[in-house]
Amino acid sequence: MKKAYIGLILAFLYIPILVLIVLSFNNSKYYVSFGGWTLRWYKRVFTDETIRTAILSTALISMASALISTILGTLGAIGLRKLRIKRVALAISDIPLLNPDIVTGVSMMLLFVRFTELNTMTVLLAHITFEIPYVLLNVSPALLAWDDDLYHAALDLGAGSAYAFWRVVFPEIFPGILSGFLMAMTMSIDDFSITYFTRGAGVNTLSTMIYTELKRGVNPAMYALSTLLFLAVFVLLVLNNYREDAARR
Amino acid sequence: MSKRLAYPYLAWIVGFIIIPILFICYYGLTRDGHFTFSNIAAITENVHWIPLVLSVRLSLICVVICLLISIPLGLALRSIRSRFLVFLFMMPMWMNTVLSILAWKLLLGTNGIIGRLFHVRSILNTQLATEIGMVYDLLPFAIIPIYNAFASIDDSIIDAAYDLGADRAQVLTKIMLPGAKAGILSAVVMVFVPALTSFVISDMLGGGKVSLIGNVIEQEFTNSMDWNLGSGLGMVLMVFVLLSTMLLRGGES
Repeated sequence: MKKAYIGLILAFLYIPILVLIVLSFNNSKYYVSFGGWTLRWYKRVFTDETIRTAILSTALISMASALISTILGTLGAIGLRKLRIKRVALAISDIPLLNPDIVTGVSMMLLFVRFTELNTMTVLLAHITFEIPYVLLNVSPALLAWDDDLYHAALDLGAGSAYAFWRVVFPEIFPGILSGFLMAMTMSIDDFSITYFTRGAGVNTLSTMIYTELKRGVNPAMYALSTLLFLAVFVLLVLNNYREDAARR
Repeated sequence: MSKRLAYPYLAWIVGFIIIPILFICYYGLTRDGHFTFSNIAAITENVHWIPLVLSVRLSLICVVICLLISIPLGLALRSIRSRFLVFLFMMPMWMNTVLSILAWKLLLGTNGIIGRLFHVRSILNTQLATEIGMVYDLLPFAIIPIYNAFASIDDSIIDAAYDLGADRAQVLTKIMLPGAKAGILSAVVMVFVPALTSFVISDMLGGGKVSLIGNVIEQEFTNSMDWNLGSGLGMVLMVFVLLSTMLLRGGES
């Protein structure tokens, strides 16, 4: 009974994914008929200019925004410990988490168009902004566990403050920083609404590219693309689980 | 450690969170440079009010369905205690939303897989299709906090209740559900807000026939190009979401 129920919900969650995987090998342009197995849609993922550009800009935007938001968020979390406005600052940086994505996207777009045209850079700025709270979420607990005395001991023993930070503090909070970075990156890859409003003409991440392509009709290369993305996420999550297990041991 | 380390972060959140909100408020409260409430009052017009009511209705139904699925599931997962199973339920959360909605389009459409297997009419471009897409997209966000809340309830408390003569229904209503209250409330917030404000799902599965408040606002910015009206409606949505989140979070503590 219990197992049947779990199985039923798993089926609900995985049938759409399985459908995409099966169709990605279907040697027929039309999803209603099965025309034998093929790998040609996979080939197209890497040759189609639109898809390639979207993959590249998704990679670029997600990595750059995750890196910058991780740096800003980590330094912010460290600096905030001694600041009186800490609670206010945290409440402000959490706004993108609470606010509807459409409002976050539109409000940043209104600011950007006043000073510049929308392009990859504006998407990058927007992504950094909504990723910062995820970094804080992961780094702040690590900072709580970190002991100020160790840092001061290093200073007393003659280390410069940058050196002491790098050798004493950083290794302690590194796991938190890493999971903050990974979470920021996944949020960036998955985002649709905020990218949709802050991108310029011709700028596409995977999410917005798939959305615009769908308006023109289904391109089977999308099935291959989703299968590859699913595999990538699966491998990343397994690795992350393995890392957490290893850290626990 | 220096407070100065926080300055870039503080400058960033002022520049890219506070100022954009001031911008949307400025646009929402003006028309042709003059102060007005008309963009906000516009929510009471039928073309905006009906989509808002529909959004609230679909997102409330979505919350109820997600809870009805997740609470028994959380209890079942708690008793099985398999990390791999929990992992399987988290996985779809990381699947690109637009792609999984595409899959539902294929499943539900004319000549779609469900239609051909069960010989039923296509339900694509209906409220039902939109509702299914919402539940699919947001279900993991209900499962995770609810499972976590159940998993953190101590076994010994449950054993003690049984020892003292409680039956299963009493354990459920007196221990499990109150113990998981925070998790359930956070599931409600995590499902309700995105369901209320999304526009992609209704756009792709509703086929233009299901207009939610998110679609209305999106249209004002992309097609009608009435940024003042779009901002005014956006402000209404923002206040509505923040108030309901605060209400729910208040119940949490």
